[in-house]
Amino acid sequence: MYTIGVLSLQGAVSEHINQINQLGAKGIQIKHPEQLSEIDGLIIPGGESTAIKKLIDRYDFLTPIREFSKANKPIFGTCAGMVLLAKNLLDSEDSHLMLMDITVKRNAFGRQKESFETSLHVYGIENEIPAVFIRAPIIIEAGEDVEILAKIDNHIVAAKQDHLLVTSFHPELTEDSSLLQLFLEMIATSKKLTV
Amino acid sequence: MNKLLGTETVKRGMAQMQKGGVIMDVVNAEQAKIAEASGAVAVMALERVPSDIRAAGGVARMADPRIVEEVMNAVTIPVMAKARIGHIVEARVLEAMGVDYIDESEVLTPADEEFHILKSEYTVPFVCGCRDLGEAARRIGEGASMLRTKGEPGTGNIVEAVRHMRKVQAQIRKVTLMSDDELMTEAKNLGAPYEILREIKKNGKLPVVNFAAGGIATPADAALMMELGSDGVFVGSGIFKSENPEKFANAIVQATTHYTDYDLIGRLSQELGSAMKGIDISKLSAEERMQERGW
Repeated sequence: MYTIGVLSLQGAVSEHINQINQLGAKGIQIKHPEQLSEIDGLIIPGGESTAIKKLIDRYDFLTPIREFSKANKPIFGTCAGMVLLAKNLLDSEDSHLMLMDITVKRNAFGRQKESFETSLHVYGIENEIPAVFIRAPIIIEAGEDVEILAKIDNHIVAAKQDHLLVTSFHPELTEDSSLLQLFLEMIATSKKLTV
Repeated sequence: MNKLLGTETVKRGMAQMQKGGVIMDVVNAEQAKIAEASGAVAVMALERVPSDIRAAGGVARMADPRIVEEVMNAVTIPVMAKARIGHIVEARVLEAMGVDYIDESEVLTPADEEFHILKSEYTVPFVCGCRDLGEAARRIGEGASMLRTKGEPGTGNIVEAVRHMRKVQAQIRKVTLMSDDELMTEAKNLGAPYEILREIKKNGKLPVVNFAAGGIATPADAALMMELGSDGVFVGSGIFKSENPEKFANAIVQATTHYTDYDLIGRLSQELGSAMKGIDISKLSAEERMQERGW
């Protein structure tokens, strides 16, 4: 059974943990960097990216998360998680973990009143899935190694690069767990590679 | 592609993204920037913080839209603003301005002494105060997407927020253990919509997040409210009425994230300067207690 950690500094943590447990994996809260050695994959949840960024810095998570990624261990970023994983942010010097070769625009659809839900076709998932966008970011540029998984109005809203997965939306706010299933498959693949 | 705006999931989800965070009252762009830099998950744009509203007396209304706009332009985190209880037009104005969340708040002078706003009609989500499960369920029934304790705003005294959080939690536990045939009478006794009470019984928790508010003045207060089961905290007068707002804001954010790390909270509480001066609630007359507003 895989253990998946959810970075628990701020944001929608319990929603991810519930979904992980429902799929038969073990979800744990990650509050300290040393806990990263106990897990097979890391989820950086939705929340306020500026607040989570400050707490990542304050509790010295930056280098440990980069090393976790260097060891090819999968990381899944939803919404704020996507912002934090991006190499570049539009009109901002605040890019943070800089692990994924994407440029992200924050609050790309506007303020909360423009937040929406829809159904979306995601590459590799058979049926359309429900997707909840809350003050959501989009990917405006993606490097060659980035696989585009979903688009809305021609904007990239889900993508994968090797062991990194990001979505603009919140699969943890819905009953659908197909993206988490995809993440579990990425963990299985990374395990095979490292054995 | 069909985009659905302002759905229950979208409105409640916005509050879920705030969990584990601190929402701070601010009265101008400069304070908003301090709040954002300290790691606040949102700011509440106001004309006066509750303790000044208390001191000023008179009718407290929605903030001057210029202040709200100034704050919205100053930060990238979400901006909330308060409308008077029952004041449909103040709420619509704030919605039109693009405020991310509206607090239908007892801190302002109520505009309607009988009815709250029908919040389900709005695209913008609302947060409302509650002292017990009946009040919580009524607000959810009207469409509130987030709750908070009422506490006693502007006092720097945590006792009422503790009372309200404990009461709601205890009543949830009671309802969860009840047999199905007892539930209708409990709904009547609490003044709670039956369907919402049934949902709470089934899930063992509220269908929306519940923050603490009204009297949080120190990092230990914030941690206490988290320990009692709050999903996050609002700090009103506590930050910008303290001696060193930047330090205070930082310390409250950290104490909320690591609310069981008592060493850390001890260290954070050192050299903070003095907290806001508090008020003994029993010295307030009934008319001075904001928590009695709303029904």
